[in-house]
Amino acid sequence: MDKLFLIIKREYLSRVTRPSFIIATLVTPLVFVLFFVIVGFIFSYESDDTKKIAVLDESGILKGALKDEKGIFFKFEQKSLDTLRKNFKASGYDAVLVLPKIDNLFSKDYMVYYYSKGQPTLDVEVHIKDRVRDALRDYKIDALKLERKQLEALNTSVDVEPEPIEKGGQDATRLTGAIGAGIGFIMGFIMYMAVFIYGTMVMRSVMEEKTNRIVEVMVSSVKPFQLMMGKIIGVGGVGLTQVLIWAIMIPLLMTIAQVAMGFDAEQQMKMSQGASSVNPEDTQAMVMAAMAEIGNVNWALILPLFIIYFLGGYFLYSSLFAAVGSAIGDDMGEAQTLTIPIVIPVVLAIYIMIKAVETPTSSLSVFSSIFPLFSPIVMPAILASKPPAWQIITSVILLIGTSIFFVWLSGRIYRVGILLYGKKGTFREFAKWIFYKE
Amino acid sequence: MDLILDLQNVVKTYDKKIAVNNVSFGVPRASIFGLLGPNGAGKTSLIRIITTITRADGGKVFLDGQELNSLHPEQIGYMPEERGLYKKMKVGEHLTYLGRLKGLSRSDTKKALTYWMEKFEVSDWWGKKIEELSKGMQQKIQFIATVLHNPKLIILDEPFTGLDPINTNLLKDEIAELSDKGVSIIFSTHRMEQVEEICDNIVLIDQGQNILNGQVKAIRNSFKKNRFQIDFAEEWKGTLPPGFEVVDQKPASLVVGLSEGGNSNALLQYLLGQGAQISAFNEILPSLNEIFIQAVNKNHGLVS
Repeated sequence: MDKLFLIIKREYLSRVTRPSFIIATLVTPLVFVLFFVIVGFIFSYESDDTKKIAVLDESGILKGALKDEKGIFFKFEQKSLDTLRKNFKASGYDAVLVLPKIDNLFSKDYMVYYYSKGQPTLDVEVHIKDRVRDALRDYKIDALKLERKQLEALNTSVDVEPEPIEKGGQDATRLTGAIGAGIGFIMGFIMYMAVFIYGTMVMRSVMEEKTNRIVEVMVSSVKPFQLMMGKIIGVGGVGLTQVLIWAIMIPLLMTIAQVAMGFDAEQQMKMSQGASSVNPEDTQAMVMAAMAEIGNVNWALILPLFIIYFLGGYFLYSSLFAAVGSAIGDDMGEAQTLTIPIVIPVVLAIYIMIKAVETPTSSLSVFSSIFPLFSPIVMPAILASKPPAWQIITSVILLIGTSIFFVWLSGRIYRVGILLYGKKGTFREFAKWIFYKE
Repeated sequence: MDLILDLQNVVKTYDKKIAVNNVSFGVPRASIFGLLGPNGAGKTSLIRIITTITRADGGKVFLDGQELNSLHPEQIGYMPEERGLYKKMKVGEHLTYLGRLKGLSRSDTKKALTYWMEKFEVSDWWGKKIEELSKGMQQKIQFIATVLHNPKLIILDEPFTGLDPINTNLLKDEIAELSDKGVSIIFSTHRMEQVEEICDNIVLIDQGQNILNGQVKAIRNSFKKNRFQIDFAEEWKGTLPPGFEVVDQKPASLVVGLSEGGNSNALLQYLLGQGAQISAFNEILPSLNEIFIQAVNKNHGLVS
């Protein structure tokens, strides 16, 4: 036990003190946040050239007003189109916009004409379309003598509000599903990353020990199983450290970036949804409800379960990676061949998880949340949608049992593999090694 | 005899291959013991059994009178032939780690390290990374790691490969000193001249079996062919009477084989009677190299 602790300590400390680890841990959130800032910047980037556009409003719907925006300046002209076209070069205009007379109020199509050297750019086109449509709508309402309030009443938004069937049962709101799905995705992906990043870290490290032949010295002091477990636990600790640092740093940096960039959430939401549809108070209410819903999630149950699934999944898969690492030397190509059977269930689990978040009670979801090769990724994703107790208990027991079995199995392969050189690791060899006596 | 290590009918099989086939031998306490054998003979399998890395399928192994158990690794120091270190670790950290894994307390490790690092004049390497060291330097570190925990039994597999003559001698002296202090040493190598020089006893393993075991002197005597080398002060052109066979003749030296029951004194007397100026008269003992080849070939059914 003492020695196991020594091995864990070395495996952990030798990694977290490595400059490459520190850099990766600190830089990844920065890169991540930078990426989002840049994406945000790109999306909010407006054309920086200015356009002057002459407007010939023959229809009169704009009532002499078209707001300038984002480097697009409109000027109403009374001159005829021909004159404007003739003097186009000298006028300083970039384009002439013609709004023809409206002949039929009931027409659903309206064409405006844009005279310029080239095509209208997309932002100009969108801007003109939106403004003209709004103006035309107002114009039509007045012209047809419609009641504005009645019209607005036609746009009804419909939501499905879940209610418990038993009286006094726990009430969920329409946000529960969405919030559950969100948490599920995040948890599923953390699991996925943990298995891949840290599982392969274990594998590489085993391969390295075997290749540089330290392993024979090590196993003359400790049991191969201790060495393997020490490595798995040590690397698992590294993983937890990294995930924890990221979990703190990414939201923190995001907030800082948002403040520094000067766009607050509300404004962004307005921007993304368009000013017209949702009013800010509604948005705020939504956010509040979502926050309340996150608070409503049974964290006291979900967090410990998540840790169980994290550890179970990690031990299960990383021990398999360790076994593969022990069977091969420095041949990464061979490593890839042998890891395929490990990778396939993980990738499948991710797809199932995505589906399961949508339909947490389907047979596929229920089966996958119990099947131990999938459950570490699938179950955390559907926990927020409150699966029945029997499902969770069966799943946890199966996962723990399978993890212990796989760790044992991998230990059997590992102890033979690390001391064997020049022999190719094949699955048939693995099977033989498992039954070797010590 | 006082044995530090006693192997009794040890058997180890992998799949259908018998790696160690009913091997028995004993290692006398405080001796330097040569574990010899051609490549693939089963030496590594034996060493792994002794170091408790693997377990024998049959037979018994006693270390210091006790059947091998999980506490014994702390009393054994093993320097494998294929040895490595964690490249990214610092020398001091690495040795501390290996010492602690052998069951030493932190302070004992520190004490032992100070002693050994000073002895090998490597104290100023403490903060160096292993990867900065040359192969020979790493070997010194590996040797320190092997003896750090003051083991009763040390197993050295080809300890001199990669060392320059100065460091080879340093290590030889160290081995001799440890042996004088009562530590038992098993020394595995293919370099027979080193075995002749260092070892008191040997065992020769071939095809998983013990084919030759005993004291080096006794073995060499048992393999001797009654041959003598005579060096003359000046060129000698005589002939020998019957019963003496000239095996090799050079102007001023002669190798003579005595027939069964022949007497070396008779030869000497004859030569002196002939007025030969003799400067040296030696019995030729077969080298371990010859014995090794002869014994292995015989075991393989080949005529030497």
